[in-house]
Amino acid sequence: MKRILYELIESVRIAMAQIRANKMRSALTALGVVIGIVAVTLMGTAIAGINIGFDRSLAMLGEDVLYVDKWPWTGAEDWWNYANRPSLRPEDAVKLNRIIAASPDSQLAFAVFADGRSASIKSNGNSVSGVWTQGTGAAYGRILTADFTEGRLFNETEDESARQVVVLGYDVAQALFPGRSPLGATVTIHGQPFQVVGVLARQGSFLGLFSFDNQMVLPLGAYRKYFGVRDDYAEIQVKIKDKTRLDEAREELTGFMRRVRGQIPGERDNFNINGGAIFKEKLDPIKRGIAFAGLFVTGLSLFVGAIGIMNITFVSVRERTKEIGTRKALGARRRTVLLQFLIEAVSICVLGGAVGLGFTYILFAVVRGAMPSFPIEFSPLLVVVSMLVSIATGILSGIIPAWGASRLDPVVALRYE
Amino acid sequence: MSPPAPVEARPVRPVGPLVIAIEGVTKLYQMGEETIHALRGVSLEIRRNEYLAIMGPSGSGKSTLMNMLGCLDTPTAGKYEFNGHDVAGMVDDELAEIRNREIGFVFQTFNLLPRSDALRNVELPLIYGGVPTHERHERARQTLIDVGLGNRIHHKPNELSGGQRQRVAIARALVNRPSIILADEPTGNLDSKTGVEILALFNDLYEKGNTLIVVTHEESVARHARRIIRLHDGLIESDGPAY
Ligand SMILES: Nc1ncnc2c1ncn2[C@@H]1O[C@H](COP(=O)(O)OP(=O)(O)OP(=O)(O)O)[C@@H](O)[C@H]1O
Ligand SMILES: [Mg+2]
Repeated sequence: MKRILYELIESVRIAMAQIRANKMRSALTALGVVIGIVAVTLMGTAIAGINIGFDRSLAMLGEDVLYVDKWPWTGAEDWWNYANRPSLRPEDAVKLNRIIAASPDSQLAFAVFADGRSASIKSNGNSVSGVWTQGTGAAYGRILTADFTEGRLFNETEDESARQVVVLGYDVAQALFPGRSPLGATVTIHGQPFQVVGVLARQGSFLGLFSFDNQMVLPLGAYRKYFGVRDDYAEIQVKIKDKTRLDEAREELTGFMRRVRGQIPGERDNFNINGGAIFKEKLDPIKRGIAFAGLFVTGLSLFVGAIGIMNITFVSVRERTKEIGTRKALGARRRTVLLQFLIEAVSICVLGGAVGLGFTYILFAVVRGAMPSFPIEFSPLLVVVSMLVSIATGILSGIIPAWGASRLDPVVALRYE
Repeated sequence: MSPPAPVEARPVRPVGPLVIAIEGVTKLYQMGEETIHALRGVSLEIRRNEYLAIMGPSGSGKSTLMNMLGCLDTPTAGKYEFNGHDVAGMVDDELAEIRNREIGFVFQTFNLLPRSDALRNVELPLIYGGVPTHERHERARQTLIDVGLGNRIHHKPNELSGGQRQRVAIARALVNRPSIILADEPTGNLDSKTGVEILALFNDLYEKGNTLIVVTHEESVARHARRIIRLHDGLIESDGPAY
C-alpha cells in the first residue's frame, strides 16, 4: 500500500520534471486540451444558460396560467388553417367566465381577456417606441407574476370606466423618468394623456430576445378606444387552481372554449391553448437536439486535443524506452510504468484544463459585460466538471501508450538506442 | 565468512551458500525464418561472495546469459533457481520483485535518469521496494558515501564525470543490499585509469562480502575476478579460477 503511494509521488515528480524539461512541446500539446475545454465549457454553459433562460421565462409567463390564442406558440407549419380562425374577443372571455362560474368543481379559476400591440409613449420630450402595449382587465393583477416597484395595477372601477391610466414596465419607466418616480405623472400614448398608476419590477427578458420590461398595461376599454378591436395578438389568459393538474385543466378549458365558440362535435378546435407544460414539452426535444449537437461538435475539439496527448505520450514512451528498461531492471513493475506515463498524460491535460478554465472565466466576464441578461454563470460545478473531463481525457489518451510501455520487455527496452 | 586466504591458496570454489543454480539453460531467438541459438545448454552454480567474470567473443551469448542471471529474461528451456526459488516459471511482476530485492545492475552506459540528481537515482530501487522516505534518503546517502561520492550527492549526471556516474550506478545497484551485483562491461565506456578505479571499487565490494558477476571481453578486467567463465557460441568453454 505504502509502495503505491511512493510510486505515485515519484510518478508525479517525474511527470512534472518531464513537462518542465519539454516546456514548448508540453505547451503545444496542452493547447489542444485548452481549446477543447474552452469549447466544451462555453457550449455547456450556453446550453445550461438557455435552459435557465427558458425556465425563467416560462415562469414569467406563469406556471399556473393557460393562454387561449389563435395561434400555437411553437410554430405552425400549416398557417392557413390558423389564419381563417376567428380572433379572440372580450365576449369570449365573458362567456368563458360564466361557464367557469357555473362549474364549481372546475380546475379553472377565472379568465381575463388581453390584447396587445406595439406602440410608442412620450413624456416631457422623452419618448420610447416599440413598447409592447397590453389592454386587459383588472383581474390581470391576479395573473401577473411580476411585483410592483411602486403603485399598483388599475382597479375594477378604472377598468370598467376605461380610465386613461397606465402601468409601466421597468425599462419604460427608467427611460421616461430617469432617476425619479413616474407615479402620478401624465404620459402620452397614441396622442392621448394617460396617468401612471404603477411601475413593474424588473423581470428580465425572454432569452434576451423579448424584454418583459419593455411593456405597458392599460385598461382594456381605454386600449380598445385607441387601438381598435380586431387583432391577431388578442388572447384569453386563464388562471388555474392547481398547477400540478395542468393537463386536466387544459382539457377542461378546451371543452369550455368549444362551448363558447359553439363548435359542433367532430369539428376541429378553432383556437389554441398555449402555456404550461405544452411549451416545455415541445421545446425539450429541440433543446436536447441543440445540446447534443453542440456538445458533439465541441467534444470533437477535445477529442482532437486528446489525440495530441496520445501522440505525445507515444513519443515520450519511445524517447524513454531505455529509461523504462532501466526502471524495470531496478524493480519497477508494470503498474509502476503504466502509472508513470498515465500521470504524465493526465498532468498535461489537467494543466491544459486549468488554463482553459481561466480563458473561459475571462470570456464569461466579457459576455456578461456585453449581454448582462444572458444567464451564464461560472460555477464551482463547472470547475469540477472541467477537471474531471480533463482527467478523463488524460486517462483515455494516455492509456494505450502507457499500457504499451508497461508491457515492454526489459531486455528489448534496455537494448533500445 | 572465512578470512581472506593468501593469494596462492585462494579456493577455486568459495564455500558460501548457493545463490544461483542453472541447469541446461537454452535461449532461442526467432528472427523471421531463422532461429538463433543464443545459449545452447548452459549449466552453472554461483555461491555467495564469488567474484565471477564472464568472457567470450562478440555474439557468444554473454549478455544473454547475463540477462538470464539477472532475471530480466527467462530461459527457453532449462532450470533456473535463485536462492532456491524457481525463476523459470515466474511472471513479469514476480521477476521485477526479485530484481528489486536481490539483484543490482551496473550497465556499460550507466543508465542514470538524466534529470534526477545522484541521490534520487540511488533512491529509485528503494522507492520500488516501498522503503519509507526518511530511511530511503539515509540509505541512499550512506551508499553514495560508501562509493566515495559523499560530496556529489546533489549533482545531476551531466555534472559528473564518467567514473563518478558509474559510481552512482554502483551505489544504485548496492543500495538494496542485493544477493548479487551484475555488471555488463562496466568499464567499457571509461578510460583505462577510471576503469581501474572502478575495478578497485569492485574489489572492495567483494572484500566486504558482495557477490559480483562481471561481463567483459577484456582479460585485464577479467583478471580481477576470482573465477572466469568463457563462453563460445552459446556454450561454456571453460570455467575455472582466474589465475
Ligand atoms: N533480442 C534478440 N533477438 C534476436 N537475436 C538476439 C537477441 N539478443 C541476442 N541475440 C543474438 O544472440 C546471440 C548472443 O547475443 P549476446 O548479446 O548475448 O552476445 P554477447 O556475447 O553479449 O556479444 P557482445 O560481446 O557483442 O555484447 C547473438 O548472435 C545475437 O545476435
Ligand atoms: Mg553483450
